[in-house]
Amino acid sequence: MTTHRTSKRRLAAGTAVVLAAMLTATACGGSDTKKDEGKAGASGFNAGIGKVSNASDKKGGELKFVATQEADSWDPQRGYYGFMWDFARYYTRQLVSFKPAPGGESTELVPDLAAGKAEISDGGKTYKYTLKDNVSWEDGSPVTAQDIKYGIERTWAQDVISGGPVYLMQVLDPKTEYKGPYKDESADKLGLKAIETPDAKTIIFKLPQPNGDFEQMLAMPAASPVKQDKDTAAKYGLKPFSNGPYKIDSYEPNKSMKLSRNDKWKPESDTIRKALPDSISVTFMANADDMDKRLMNGEFDLDLNATGIGQAARATALKDHKANLDNGQTGFIRYAVFPQTVAPFDNIECRKAVIYAADHKSLQTARGGPQAGGDIAPNMLPLGIKGSDGKYDPYEVLKNDGKPNVEKAKEALKACGKPEGFKTTIAVRNNKPVEVATAVSLQNALKQVGIDAQVDQFDGAQTSGIIGSPKVVKEKGYGIIIMGWGADFPTGQGFSQPLVDGRFILQSGNNNFSELNDPAINGLFDQAIAETDPAKAGDIYKQMNQKVSEAAVYLPFVYDKTITWRSTRLTNAYTSDAYNGRYDYASLGVLK
Amino acid sequence: MLAYLIRRFFAVIVMLLVITLVTFGIFFLFPKMIGTDPALYFVGKQSDPAAIEGIRQKMGLDDPILVQFGKFVVGLVAGRTYANGSDVTQCAAPCFGYSFKTEQEVWPLLTDWLPVTLSLAAGAVVLWVIGGVATGVISALKRGTVLDRSAMGIALAGVSLPIYFTGMLAIALFSDQLGWFGRPEASFAADPGSWFNGMILPWISLAFLYAAMYARLTRATMLEVLNEDYIRTARAKGLTEPVVIGKHAMRSTMTPILTVLGLDLGALMGGAVLTEYTFSLHGLGYSAVRAISDHDLPVILGITLISAFFVVAANLVVDLLYAVIDPRVRLS
Repeated sequence: MTTHRTSKRRLAAGTAVVLAAMLTATACGGSDTKKDEGKAGASGFNAGIGKVSNASDKKGGELKFVATQEADSWDPQRGYYGFMWDFARYYTRQLVSFKPAPGGESTELVPDLAAGKAEISDGGKTYKYTLKDNVSWEDGSPVTAQDIKYGIERTWAQDVISGGPVYLMQVLDPKTEYKGPYKDESADKLGLKAIETPDAKTIIFKLPQPNGDFEQMLAMPAASPVKQDKDTAAKYGLKPFSNGPYKIDSYEPNKSMKLSRNDKWKPESDTIRKALPDSISVTFMANADDMDKRLMNGEFDLDLNATGIGQAARATALKDHKANLDNGQTGFIRYAVFPQTVAPFDNIECRKAVIYAADHKSLQTARGGPQAGGDIAPNMLPLGIKGSDGKYDPYEVLKNDGKPNVEKAKEALKACGKPEGFKTTIAVRNNKPVEVATAVSLQNALKQVGIDAQVDQFDGAQTSGIIGSPKVVKEKGYGIIIMGWGADFPTGQGFSQPLVDGRFILQSGNNNFSELNDPAINGLFDQAIAETDPAKAGDIYKQMNQKVSEAAVYLPFVYDKTITWRSTRLTNAYTSDAYNGRYDYASLGVLK
Repeated sequence: MLAYLIRRFFAVIVMLLVITLVTFGIFFLFPKMIGTDPALYFVGKQSDPAAIEGIRQKMGLDDPILVQFGKFVVGLVAGRTYANGSDVTQCAAPCFGYSFKTEQEVWPLLTDWLPVTLSLAAGAVVLWVIGGVATGVISALKRGTVLDRSAMGIALAGVSLPIYFTGMLAIALFSDQLGWFGRPEASFAADPGSWFNGMILPWISLAFLYAAMYARLTRATMLEVLNEDYIRTARAKGLTEPVVIGKHAMRSTMTPILTVLGLDLGALMGGAVLTEYTFSLHGLGYSAVRAISDHDLPVILGITLISAFFVVAANLVVDLLYAVIDPRVRLS
């Protein structure tokens, strides 16, 4: 979950400054009535954080999204970008989905297509759902248990339906024995043994191992139904068949998308989606600076990608339109990680030396400061996740107000047997200017204690083959890797397991860059995953997080934040932890 | 003349084939040589081995590069089928490839983007040729005056300011502040009036850059021509100044301008990248940038080929036009 907050802004800093000045100048013109209107009705800074801004049940109007980045796919089984998951709820439903509520409350799962939450039996290995009576496709036919099973099965056809998350595949069929519906020899193409559909209303999942987060995986678009005779395989993303409140009228990739009401959707069957606007449009444009301006002009309602207002427009927005802004957590952590296969990072003291020597304040500034960058993170579990503790500060980063602790760094260097420092390489994606800035900040701070770090910018589009390959990391001598990470689903398993569980070390596409493989940590994951009570699982994740900190393989920078635009026209706007701090799109409405 | 045309036509075909081969090599051979797998570009975020293998089979990435190239060229003429077992994707002729990112054939995309780029280039070229040449001629005739100096000063600014800056400034001033022009969003078919209104700023921004260059070029050439003997002769035999300038001097001045214009136009057909980006015009240039950042190789390849075609074609047209403008040039 590292690429979907991709920002396309690669402007030279100079241009940004000039533009910022220009924007400020034009905003001060005073003749722009549109802007004044915008100011008058806006509900206030952070009005959409933790509460609902402009609550209303008023229907009608067109909700206008704008975006600079296209989704990886609008096919429910192929999309992996966070904004796609949020938007997909307009045209697709799942057995369960996230509660339409602000902030942390949104991570609670509520029934969607299912009449109630799962009946769990067999020690957490069987999940049974009964479907609601009045759920239907856009052609009026009912959504059946078989449709859900078929939709989920599509993920198995990785050679055709690539790109989406594969959690359900890993949990339901760990050995990948099923070959996917397109190679399925049974007449109904429903050959996956782990899912049973005794009738059109009942669906039963049989897990080989219990997994307390299984319902979280069923809340992903990847668990959406797909009607077999409407499945266009790889091309399904160009026009997914709707079972939600809106259907796709037109879509031209990278250009525009238009949705209108699906009159076969029955409001009484859906407690999650308010379906307020009559129509929804998405405009894709190239110029991110112009996009920010047009948001401020009131031409669009919000940024679909929610990457936050760009550097050029940020000052103007904060000065003149503060009431239209929300400055919330994204659930991401930005960090540096130390591969233990690269000397001297096999020695914990050398790793500690880097953590102590880092200037956390400067790293925060490089990320954009406390507002656009985020709060300094003292550990590796984001605040919205059960078990996190923003005050757990093992390396006294907060206590020191983010300043480097040169004394302790030098002590650690001595203990590591390198009192004069050492040479190493910082690997950073070349397509993320902000990450490059943090690499330079770290490089400068390390110089103060004698650590000579070279910054190596690698092809950011090739992460899985470069830093995702432990062999390449070792060969290139990447002692420090700079990355960011957000959870696919908001639990300790969803966030931390790919990063720190030794059984998740992969030869390609690896995310456990430090190659941490501590049986105690792995065991804690097993315990937490088997636990069906989220609060108890949270306690276990808390211990896991402490053990990760003690291993000193991560240097967290910030709990990521963005500054997002909320137009004055928007009603029911609130940010949702379940969707990485984006607005809950399914609840939004507009004033006409 | 006919023999010349046939010869040139074949040269164009060969040139395009060579360009195709080189471009194809860059996109599909280079990644292999440096150890990255082109298949990785097409599988999205979750790079499951089955997904990578599926796309490799479908695109025939395991074939030798010349076989891949051969299939591509055949596809241009006869269409193509991408198949991996039962998973079959058809690409109708002329098949310029298939984007596995957006699951679309490349040729319809190119024909969708081309009119946008053409309309941008066409409007801008009219503006900059009229504006640039007129400014250049006037500057040359009024050499050393305030008029000349200020025109050339503006021209210098036009050449040196990046279009991202002038474009954004134009938007801020004429669109957001004064509200005279909209942004280029309406299509010509849907609403010609607002299409025209929206295209004015992109046209002006792009034309400003080129007009500046053309003004300087015209001025320099015109000054040179005015010193020629035949101009003195024309004046000596009592021709009026408009005839001397308009008929005799302009003809020689236009030759280098036409050369540059042909090449510029050819290059612009491949997309005015920065202008399209600044104004979010969905033409070839913007699509090329997007395709590059998405590593959408078939789309990049398609745009490269169509741009190359226009540059080569523009060169041919310029050569042919020489004979029309300058009787001294004979095509043989």
